Order: sequence, then C-alpha cells, then structure tokens
Amino acid sequence: MNRQAQAVVLLLLGGSVLKASLTDVYLRYVKEGLRPFLIAAGALLVVAAVMTLVHDLRRRDAVGGGSADHDHDHGPGGAVSGDGAADDGHGHHEPRVGWLLILPALGLLLVSPPALGAYAVGQSGTVLANQEAEIYPPLPAGDPVQVGLLDYAARAVFDEGNTLRDRRVQLTGFIAPGPDGEPILARMMLSCCAADGRPIKLGMSGDVPNGLPPDSWVEVVGRYTPQLGKDSVSDVDIPYVQVESWQRIDPPKQPYEQ
Amino acid sequence: MSDLEPGGASADERGQSVDSEGPDQGVESGRPARSWRRPFGDRVGSVEVLALLLIVLIMFREPVAALISTPRLQTWTTVFVSVMVQAVPFLVFGVLLSAVIAVFVPRSFWARALPRHPALAVPVASAAGVVLPGCECGAVPIAGSLIRRGVTPAAALAFLLAAPAINPVVLAATAVAFPNNPEMVVGRGMASLVVAMVMGWLWLRLGRADWIRLPRRPELDDLSKGRAFWAAARHDIVHAGGFLVLGAMAAACINVLVPERWLQTLADNPVLSVLALAVLAVLLSICSEADAFVAASLSQFSLTARLAFLVVGPMVDLKLISMQTGVFGRRFAARFAPTTFVVAVLVAVGVGAVLW
Repeated sequence: MNRQAQAVVLLLLGGSVLKASLTDVYLRYVKEGLRPFLIAAGALLVVAAVMTLVHDLRRRDAVGGGSADHDHDHGPGGAVSGDGAADDGHGHHEPRVGWLLILPALGLLLVSPPALGAYAVGQSGTVLANQEAEIYPPLPAGDPVQVGLLDYAARAVFDEGNTLRDRRVQLTGFIAPGPDGEPILARMMLSCCAADGRPIKLGMSGDVPNGLPPDSWVEVVGRYTPQLGKDSVSDVDIPYVQVESWQRIDPPKQPYEQ
Repeated sequence: MSDLEPGGASADERGQSVDSEGPDQGVESGRPARSWRRPFGDRVGSVEVLALLLIVLIMFREPVAALISTPRLQTWTTVFVSVMVQAVPFLVFGVLLSAVIAVFVPRSFWARALPRHPALAVPVASAAGVVLPGCECGAVPIAGSLIRRGVTPAAALAFLLAAPAINPVVLAATAVAFPNNPEMVVGRGMASLVVAMVMGWLWLRLGRADWIRLPRRPELDDLSKGRAFWAAARHDIVHAGGFLVLGAMAAACINVLVPERWLQTLADNPVLSVLALAVLAVLLSICSEADAFVAASLSQFSLTARLAFLVVGPMVDLKLISMQTGVFGRRFAARFAPTTFVVAVLVAVGVGAVLW
C-alpha cells in the first residue's frame, strides 16, 4: 500500500465520518455527545490525507518524477528490534492491513446500516435490572403524558406503578417478537456505542398492535397494568402496558432511549 | 527517502493474505523481479485498484446492500460500523499525541521525567496513565512511540495497561454505572494499577527486548518536523486503524453470534462466573469508557466477576491483541496478552476477596 493509496483511504474514512456526523446518521451508532469529537476526528483525517498528498507531490517534484530509488538506509530510527539485517525491508513495508480501513468507510457511505432493532432485542436481556432509583417523582402534566420506556418500566416494577396509576401514558418504541410470540414494545439503549446496546422491553395487553412486521415504530397510548412477564434471556421482570390506541410512526431521529 | 516502496508494493501485487501482515515479515526487498515493474509505476497501481474497487462497489450498491439485509448480518454491520465510529476519535487523537511524542518531544525529556531505575519508572508510568482520558485504542500507538523515544519498555507497557483503565473519564463512568457499589470504582482503579505495575516488573525480569519488533520508521528522521509529524500520523492511523478494523469485525461476530442466554448458566458457579466474564471482556472488546455500563447490566453475576470484567477488558481484548500484534509484533503479543489476562484475573479476584 503506497502513500497515495493510504491518503485516499484516509480521505474516504475521514469523509465518511464527517458525512455521518454532520447528518443524523451517526446517531444510529454512538451517543449524541460524541459528535464534536467525530467532526474533529473526521476533519483531522482529511487534513492528514491532504498533507500526505502534498508532501508526496513535493517530494516527487524534488527527486524528479519519482523514479529515484535511493537513500533507503537511514539510521535504525530508534527501533528496539535487535535484528538489523531482517529489518532492511521494514521501513518500506507499508501496512497492507490498512486496506481494511476501506470497510468502515464503505459501511458508512454505501450501506449506512440501520440502528439496532428487533434482532438485537432478542439477543440480550432487558436493561431494567440495575436501574432502581430512590424516589420516583410524579409524572409531568399532560394527557397522555410522554414517558420513556425505561422510565415507565422502572416505575412499574420498582415502584409498583404508584406514579403511573390514573394516568394515560404515551410510549414510543418498535415492535419486536416477544418470548411467547406476542409482539412486545422495545427500544435499545446505548452507553457508548451500538456494541453495548441493550434493550428495554415492555409487554402489551389490550389493543395490541398485531400483524406489524418487527422493527415497525409505533406510538402507543395506554395505562399501567400490574401484569408482569419474564424475560426469556435474563429472567428479569418485564412490565406490561394496557394499550388503548396505537399508530405507526416514522423511525425517530434519535433511535435510542435517552 | 524514496517514494517507491518496493517491499510493500510488490507484496500487494502478490496478493498475500492479511494474516501474514506483521513486522516479522518484510524480508522480501531485493527481489530481482520488481525492477522491471518500475517503469509502470507500482505507486499508481494501488490507487488504481482502489478506484476500480470503489467504482464497482458504487455501481453494485443495491445488490451489496440487499446481500446484508438479513437481520443478523444487518446487526453485524451496525455493530461493526459503530465500534469503528466510536473508536475513530480516540484512535485519531491517540495517534496525533503519539506523533507529537515521536517527533516533537525530545528524548531527554523522558530521561528527566521518569526515574532512572526501570523498577521505579514502572509505577510512575502506571500512575501517569491517569492523565490520558481515552480508551485503549489510542494507548497502543502512544506506547509504541514511548519505546521508540527511549522509554524503557517495562514503563511504556505499564502505561499502556494503566492508561485506559484508571483515567478520570473511565472511573467516573464506573461510578455512574454502579451507584450502589462505590467500592467498585476503588476496586477497579486499584486492581488495574496493580496489574499494570506487576506486568511492568514481570517484563523487567522475564521480558526480552527482541520480542518487541517496532517496524523501522525512516520517516521519523525527516529533517522537516512537520513532514515527519504527518508521516508518522498517517502511518499510525493506517496501521493501527487496520488492526482496529480486524478487532471490530471479531467483536461484531461475538456480539451477534453469542446469545446472552449462555451466560446465564455460568453465573451461579463462583469460579466459572469469573472466568466467563473475563473471557467475555476479551471477546466483546468494548471501549473502556462503556464497559462499566455493560458490567452493571450483567447483574446476575457476582461483583467479583464483574470486577474481573472491568479489569481485563481495557487490558486484553480482541482489538487490542490485534493492534498490539501490528505495533509491537506477533511474538510480543503472543506472550504479553495471555500473561496480562492471567495476572488481571488473579488480581481482580484478590481485590474482590478483600472488598466483598
């Protein structure tokens, strides 16, 4: 892999990171807070690519057409390696493994895979286990009141629904196949990136949105019900919501639970 | 310095597999056959191949996207891309810092900053890890640069192990993830520091300098500091980044293929649970800033097992092993990673026994 090819790969990678972080695409993969660092890193990659090309062109001008093949034999450059003879090829052994950097760039530019969905929900247990809070303040005003899935689940399981009774709640999530084949309402949560994404799962009773394909986003209005299910992956309680009405919606800009 | 790179370019054209990459290789310069290719310009070759590949991929974008539309492959792609997106800022900033160390910080600085006796330099370097607020991907090239600049390898390796685990960002994340067990933060900091120092001292006693093979880097001797800086940055990003891609692909496979259900059965056995989470930390290769949240969610496991997860993860994981192989050489990684794993598990169990 020569310097120009490396520059092109860096340019591709930097460009793809810039494109993803300047649009909302990056939200499918990482937390919102990483955005400034992504933009800076993408810009730096582009700068590194440009500097590589500039230096390469200048050098070519200097040696006249780039046909010279001399002065390889600089000092060992501080290498700790004791084997001087075998080292001869190392300075020029430009990293072939660098070709692999095309993959994430193409992944971002050409494929831009969707946010984690129903498949990931089936892979791991609901995140509820470690989210117990000390106190649950009353829900804000509004009828129905918008509640996050995690907030609803924690209030339902740890507070026995005390702050949820007599309120109509509006929940946003996507459909995933539940343990018994019934659809459940789910949303993924990230701590850092999609590799550590974990689902929050809610069971549904009442007017259950049946017949929707997995990963369809829905907005559900309903009420608290003390019914509980069990997560087949981790044996943690899954709270239920009594659905009164639901409608399909477009995937939100921020696909993950905040 | 030449702008032709006979070793690399000719190796490209022989289409060697990526697996054979590594500083152990590269004794292939001086092949007589390459001289006739020069008029055609090897250097243009790889750019042309790249351009052709891109055109083909853009033309067949739809079928390629359709190929990976099954839920499992799609999840794989999402996890792979997101590990890379998450790591890119840390990789870029880590590499730039390492280029600054390699080019601008004079050798005499390290001689003054670190105690002269290597056995004393190890704890100082471990504690210095506190100031590098990043995850493990950035630490590997930095450690490489430190060794290149004359820092004793034992101290540089202690820094490599300590920096991702004991910096304030990671400890704060741990505190947030374990609100009911603040001792987890202390345990993690102490255990990681101890492992880093033990590994540093072990290296002093048992390590052999010729296990580490830093590739020769003539561009660092460039008289223009700016040119040397960008050459070093470019090389490190492409090199460490390439190995990061390998690690990210492995982590995505584990993420998609291993259902969490399997872990359930191991959680009840105290010995197996520690080993299971330690191995899981290696396989998942989660960023050290995020692993505390994952550990917190593995609530069916004992606190000691989760501490082992947090101590092992930032020190040994698939993407780190891959990057260490690239930066220090295969002979080094084959010895260093398993030893670190054993020491980290033992220390975590010991600290866990004291705390709980």
